[in-house]
Amino acid sequence: MRFAYYPGCTIGTTAIEFGLSTDAVCEALGVELVELEDWNCCGASSAHSLDHELSLRLPARNVALAQGTGLDVVTSCPACYQHVLAADLRLREDKAWRREMEEMLGFTYDGQERTRHLLEVLSTPELIEKVRQRTTHPLKGLRVVSYYGCVLVRPPEITGWDDPEHPVRMDLLMEAIGAEVVDWSYKVDCCGASLALSRSDVVITLSTRLAQAAKDAGADVIACACGMCQINLDTRQALEEKVPVLYFTELMGIAFGLPGVEKWLKKHTVDPRPVLRERGILP
Amino acid sequence: MAVAYELDPTFGRVVQGRSGVPILRCYFCQKCTAGCPVAYAMDYKPAQIVRLVQLGQKDAVLSSTAIWLCVGCETCGTRCPNQIRLAPMFDALRYMALEGGYKPEPSVYALHRSFLDSIRLWGRVHELSMLMQYKLRSRDLFSDLMMGIGLILKGKISFLPERIRGVSQVRKLYETGSSEVER
Repeated sequence: MRFAYYPGCTIGTTAIEFGLSTDAVCEALGVELVELEDWNCCGASSAHSLDHELSLRLPARNVALAQGTGLDVVTSCPACYQHVLAADLRLREDKAWRREMEEMLGFTYDGQERTRHLLEVLSTPELIEKVRQRTTHPLKGLRVVSYYGCVLVRPPEITGWDDPEHPVRMDLLMEAIGAEVVDWSYKVDCCGASLALSRSDVVITLSTRLAQAAKDAGADVIACACGMCQINLDTRQALEEKVPVLYFTELMGIAFGLPGVEKWLKKHTVDPRPVLRERGILP
Repeated sequence: MAVAYELDPTFGRVVQGRSGVPILRCYFCQKCTAGCPVAYAMDYKPAQIVRLVQLGQKDAVLSSTAIWLCVGCETCGTRCPNQIRLAPMFDALRYMALEGGYKPEPSVYALHRSFLDSIRLWGRVHELSMLMQYKLRSRDLFSDLMMGIGLILKGKISFLPERIRGVSQVRKLYETGSSEVER
């Protein structure tokens, strides 16, 4: 199984443990990720906030880079995912714009390569079976809530691979690695996203509410699939006893018994190691 | 405080055309407001903004803080019984506010500008220099300093930016005709 890989800007920095665990877990599962050559930033929240055209052009360049590879594009960042999807849709549907972009960027659009999120790719029935077989250290007794955040499954018209109000595929993956999945009502509630620095008061309120809700549900940790969600919840929850927030790939790496786990977990602001030790998952 | 707002009867249709969103369909069930995570911090709530747009209350809408607080989480659009996606509407309202010379929410605007400058310079976002620019722009030098230091100590913020080879191509993409990103 091979994919073109669009990692996005945070994967080497604020979400470095997401990047490292993604590499390790995909390798363990035989999923080959071929990084797109010379990719650029998708424009994130800022491009669509100030200029619609730019917000489609920037991700269009990444779509262009994947043309001709015959490989579906996998991205781990939900914002990158949403923007590349939107640009791909416009290239598909708006012929005049497609010609303009082809000329500007020097490529030919063939529309063969689909854009997918890492969670979508790793939670197919086939991969879940593989994950179950690969699990050597099941996360028995660890109570996990799945947190999707906002744009991973929305708007459903362009994502469409999981329920936008009650998605379950991360739960299935967590069950496959032996964790005890806990239900809660905040799976798709937003963390405040790009207001992290410009209106941190809003993000503190939202992240604290999410962390409290996870605790009330009885969760030991929150599993997430987004660098923005992770850093907002990890650094902004204002609780006395904080809830660790791990990438779903980190939990998979622990269950696979992969080397390097310690290195990922050290990167967190809320250290997940004490609760993992308490549950007998880390030595 | 009573404020006289300019009424523009064409406003609803203009916003509808610009955003591609059927705003005039709204019958004010307020589901958008009920599910909005940031509504509590907005001056006008999402459903109220839609109503004001329908009623041609251009000044009230374009000078509101609400249009700068929408984070585009798409909850409202997913739940709307009339398939109105408010996120693209809020995008269009921000463009119109900037073009019309209305004052944006300063910190939010400063962040977006700094972010886009960083992409134009490097092709990707370089957090450290972007943050420094944002701090100077927003004149808010010291908030989150400890958090930033913590992240640097954990090796989660890189000091040196990397420039992609195709940066000249990225700069060409910025020539969109919008004064916001071209200057």
